[in-house]
Amino acid sequence: MIRSLPNSPLYKFGYRIYVTLFFLFLVMPLIAISVLAFNDSNFIALPWNGFTLDWFFSATDEREGLFADDNLIESIYTSLTTGIIVAIMSTIIGTIAALLFEEEEFRFKGLLYFLALTPLVIPGVILGISILLSSTFAGNYVEKSFGIDLELFRPSYWLVIFGQFSFGATYVMLLVSARLKKFDRALEEAALSLKATRIQAIWYVTIPFLRPAIIGAFVVAFLLSFSNINTTIFLVGSDPTLPIDLYSRIRFSSTPVLNAISFMIVLIISIFAFANFFISRKKQDG
Amino acid sequence: MEQNTKPKKQFNVTLYLLIIPVLLWLVLLIVLPHLDLLISSFKIENDNGQMAFSLDNYIAFFKEEIYWLTFVKTAAYAIGVTVLAFVITFPIAFYLTKVISKKNAAFFILLLLIPLWVGELVTVYGWMVLLGDHGIINHFLMATGFIDEPINMLYTNFSMILGLLYMSMLFMVVPVMSTLESLDDSLIEAASDLGASKWTIFRTIIIPYSMPGIVSGAIIVFMLVIGDYLAPNILGGKSSLWFTEQIYNKFLTTFNWNEGAAFGFLLLMLSSGIIWLALKFSGQRLDKVGS
Repeated sequence: MIRSLPNSPLYKFGYRIYVTLFFLFLVMPLIAISVLAFNDSNFIALPWNGFTLDWFFSATDEREGLFADDNLIESIYTSLTTGIIVAIMSTIIGTIAALLFEEEEFRFKGLLYFLALTPLVIPGVILGISILLSSTFAGNYVEKSFGIDLELFRPSYWLVIFGQFSFGATYVMLLVSARLKKFDRALEEAALSLKATRIQAIWYVTIPFLRPAIIGAFVVAFLLSFSNINTTIFLVGSDPTLPIDLYSRIRFSSTPVLNAISFMIVLIISIFAFANFFISRKKQDG
Repeated sequence: MEQNTKPKKQFNVTLYLLIIPVLLWLVLLIVLPHLDLLISSFKIENDNGQMAFSLDNYIAFFKEEIYWLTFVKTAAYAIGVTVLAFVITFPIAFYLTKVISKKNAAFFILLLLIPLWVGELVTVYGWMVLLGDHGIINHFLMATGFIDEPINMLYTNFSMILGLLYMSMLFMVVPVMSTLESLDDSLIEAASDLGASKWTIFRTIIIPYSMPGIVSGAIIVFMLVIGDYLAPNILGGKSSLWFTEQIYNKFLTTFNWNEGAAFGFLLLMLSSGIIWLALKFSGQRLDKVGS
C-alpha cells in the first residue's frame, strides 16, 4: 500500500496504469492544441498536412499569423500591463493585510478577516456583476452631483484592474501570512529595543524575511489576472484582455491562430515551471 | 506612566497605517458592491421609468421553469462533479505522497500544476479541439476503424462535465496531498501488521485522517464549478444551460440588470449555503480552507 509495505504485482501494475491514464488525461488537451498550431491546414483539425509556421508568422489575408495580427498583439499587451498593475496592487495591499491580521490586535478583527477571505468563496461572476453595479451607481452619482463623467466607473481598463485586484489581494494575503507565521517575533522586538520605530522594524526586518513569499505572491497575482475571465467579462471596456479576445474568437471565428497563441502560453508557463523546478532542486541538493 | 503610554501610541500609528488600506479594499470592493447587488435585486423600473421596490425579480425566477430548473441542475451537477473530482484524484494524491519517492513526486506535481497555470480558457479550448465531430479523438477512432461515424461528444452534458472536472480537480489534489503528507506511515504499517486489509486501512485510517484536506478541496471545487462560465458555455450544448449563463444573459444580452442581480444573489446564497453546511458538518473554519 505504501512505500514500506509489500504489494501484489497485480495491485502495483493496476495502480501504475491508473496513474499513467490520469496524467495522459491531464496533458492531452495541451498536446492537442500545441500539435495543431503547426498543422498546415486552414481548419483546427486533423489530418496532418505537414509542418508550418504560418499561424505564427504569415501575414496574408487567408492566414493571419499570431505576430501579424495587430488586435491579438494589442490584447496581449493589455493583459500584460493589466497583470503587472494588478500584481503590484495586490502584493502591496495583500502584504499589508497579512501584517495587519498576523501582528495587530483590534476590535472586529474576526469580522474583517472573514471579509478578507470571502473572495475565495464568492464566484468570480458574482464579484464581476457586483462591482459593475456599484461602479455604475457611483458613476451616475458623480455625474449627477458634479457633472463629471469618469471613465473609471464604466466598464474600462481600470475597472478590470480593480475587479481583479479585489480577489488577487486575498491570495497574496494568504501566501504572505503562511510565511509570516514562521517569523520569529523576537527579531522585530530586538529592532524595537534598538530604537527602531515600528515602521522601520517592519521595513528593515520583517519585509526582507517575507521577500520570497512576496515574490511568489506577485507571480501568483499576475497569473490570476492574466488568465481571469469570469470577473473580467463584466468589467471589460473597449480594450479586451487576451482571454476575452480569445473567448470571442473561440465563439465566433476560430482559426488555428488560436492554437498558436495557446501554444505560446503553454510553452512560456512550462519553461517557467521547469526552470523553477530545477532551481529549487539544485538548492536542495546543494 | 509616561513610559507605559509611549509604546502604545506608536503601536496605534502602525495599526492605522495598516488598517486604512485594508478597509478601503474591503469596503469599496467587497462590502459595498455586494450591498448594491442585494439592493438592485429588489428594484424594478415602473411605468414612469423610475425605480421602485419590488419582489418581481425573485418572483420571475420561481415563475419561469427554465430559471429554477437551471438553478437546481447547476447545484446538482456541481455536487456531482465535486464527488467525481474526489474519487478520481484521491488515488493520485495518495500515490504522489505515499507510494513513490519525494524526488519523483516533485516532477509529477509539476505536471499537475502546469494546466492550472496555463489557465482555464486554453484547456477548455483544448478539449473542444479533442472532442469535436471532426476533432482529434473522433479522427483517431475512425482512422483505426473502431467507428464509422463520428461520435457526438462536444456540446453535450458529457463534454461539459469533462471540462468542469478538468479545470477543478487539481484544486482537490493539492489540499488532500498536504494532509496526506503529514500522515505518519507507521500508522498504516501498524494496521497492516495487525492484519487489517487495504480497504479497512483506507476506510478507518486514511480517509478520516485526510478529512480536513478533502473538505477544503471539496469546497474549492464546488465553488469553482458552480461559478464557472467557460466550460458550460464553450463545451456545453443548448441543453446544458448553466446558471452563470443566465446571469450573463441578463447582464450583457437583455440588459435586465435588476433581474440579473437577483439571480446573482441567489447563486451567492446557494454557494455560501452549501459551503456553510460543509464547514458545519466537518467542524472546519473558513481560514483553514484558504491555507
